[in-house]
Amino acid sequence: MTTKTLRTGGGVSVRYAPRAAFSGLGLILLTLAVGTVLVCTGDFPMTPGEVLDTLIGRGTVVQEFAVMELRLPRVLVAIFVGAALALGGAVFQSISRNPLGSPDVIGFGQGATVGALAVIVLFQGSAVATALGAVVGGVLTGAVIYLLAWKRGVHGYRLVLVGIGAAAMLTSVIHYLITKANLVDATRATVWMTGSLDGRDWTQFWPLLAVCCVLVPLVLGHGRALRMLEMGDDAAYALGVKVERTRIVLMASAVLLVAVATSAAGPIVFVSLSAPQLARRLTRAPGPNLAVSAVMGSALLLSADWIAGNAFGDRQLPVGVVTGILGGCYLLWLLVSERKAGRI
Amino acid sequence: MSDRQRQRLGAESVTLAYEQRVIARDLSVEIPDHSFTVIVGPNACGKSTLLRALSRMLKPTEGRVLLDGQSIHSLPAKKVARTLGLLPQSSIAPDGITVADLVARGRYPHQGLLRQWSPEDERIVQESMESTGVAELADRFVDELSGGQRQRVWIAMALAQQTPLLLLDEPTTYLDIQHQIDVLDLCAELHETQGRTLVAVLHDLNHAARYATHLIAVRGGEVVAEGPPSEVVTAELVERVFGLRCQVIEDPETGTPLVVPAGRQARARRSLPAQGPAEGPAKESAEGQEAVLQK
Repeated sequence: MTTKTLRTGGGVSVRYAPRAAFSGLGLILLTLAVGTVLVCTGDFPMTPGEVLDTLIGRGTVVQEFAVMELRLPRVLVAIFVGAALALGGAVFQSISRNPLGSPDVIGFGQGATVGALAVIVLFQGSAVATALGAVVGGVLTGAVIYLLAWKRGVHGYRLVLVGIGAAAMLTSVIHYLITKANLVDATRATVWMTGSLDGRDWTQFWPLLAVCCVLVPLVLGHGRALRMLEMGDDAAYALGVKVERTRIVLMASAVLLVAVATSAAGPIVFVSLSAPQLARRLTRAPGPNLAVSAVMGSALLLSADWIAGNAFGDRQLPVGVVTGILGGCYLLWLLVSERKAGRI
Repeated sequence: MSDRQRQRLGAESVTLAYEQRVIARDLSVEIPDHSFTVIVGPNACGKSTLLRALSRMLKPTEGRVLLDGQSIHSLPAKKVARTLGLLPQSSIAPDGITVADLVARGRYPHQGLLRQWSPEDERIVQESMESTGVAELADRFVDELSGGQRQRVWIAMALAQQTPLLLLDEPTTYLDIQHQIDVLDLCAELHETQGRTLVAVLHDLNHAARYATHLIAVRGGEVVAEGPPSEVVTAELVERVFGLRCQVIEDPETGTPLVVPAGRQARARRSLPAQGPAEGPAKESAEGQEAVLQK
């Protein structure tokens, strides 16, 4: 058997796949390592010891400012945005039974962007209003796509097709909004749209943390039911899963997670699409692999942020550009190596 | 029906419909406890719909499906899943899942977030794989197996659910004759040795007659006859339900009724002018369609 069981007294038992557990642990270590590097490096380099001192309030004013105001919130935002995007992606890919059924393909990212751009262009709104606009846009898009795709339950292909249609329409709206904008707003809009972690601080972090604290446990708690759903609605029903309720709870949570992540960092592409796929191949376990996907998303986004800041000399790339390249290359490499091994 | 002793599972004057399309009206059946009940009938007669209703997959628009005297839709989903199992017609094996892991999923209704895997789960999964003959395949990937082996694995999963009642929706479809018999033998064995109540929808009347202890013949959303196959399967009934002239002889192997369709010429000679041989089944299905479309 590929799974092992952890037992404690009192009849509590947790089932896990060792490979998945090690993958998750490895990814957490990677995230911590990259996070440490990111907090230590920059225009004002510090040692990990100095960072620790600063964290417990014994640093100099400059150190305090660099760590607490600039670098730590940025790293934390990256960790939570990555996890939220990946988790949202894992849920949708599992429900649609299709890797293409991920939120950045089926229009939720675009919906959030339209929301944010509408606030910027039509109302010249503040940063907070823009973020709120992104959440509203993402959630509305999610609701509309759900209603359009619903036909006695949501089915994979319908969801993907409706979603791709919606994404195309919303992209047109995005371009329309930009042409309507004056130069200042258009620049703001374009910067927002590239998806970046630059200048993220605690104002982005706290709402993100609050949403994740509620939704991540909720989604993970439904993970076993989601696994049963992968065998088809009938099989899941037969096993006592409340099919429609589970699906609605999970889809609503995933839409919210993606919308909030997008509102915090702009539309960062490819994390929701690639992280669950990478996680699945790394763990070699069937099923949605929710927890590993989430950690994979964090590791991916944080690594991408480090690469964006350091790999291209003085030129700093937006992180969204790097996630696309990094995730895409890794995924292609995995697909090719799996084909060689005869697993696909 | 009220004078009969109440069985564990039954439908009480249910109306079954998909959206506006009514399949059956005021239908009542009871599944005898510890029987191997087989539901038969022509295509589109509502037999699969009836099974879906009995397994709570389809909610009747009127009437109730009763499980242990209570409306099945009012019971908690997991509780029902510990009493009544279903082998759906089509299930999807997740990519890259092993036989043992798939069978283990049958334990879901017995588990919780904090009690995910007990030694009892382990034992029951092993037993289920042994009684379906897939124990030696435990570490193989399900997508590598043949159709017959895969069906055994799904049955093993349903068995691992450990339900006293097990419903099977056309368990032999897409299998060749050897594997069909193989699956039915397995069902008969489960019924005899473990005392489970089995309800299956089958296409093949001869298979039904050979394996069932209780037969329910459905046509146009109505129960036409029910009882032991030896009483139900008669030439007259086969013609009434399936619109097929035939002889019913004794199965030389088992002594159960065996339906032998009349030869083409014999059917042409004996049939009425208005009911030509080619028209027989066509007319039949048109009638079935009418019954379906009544609303």
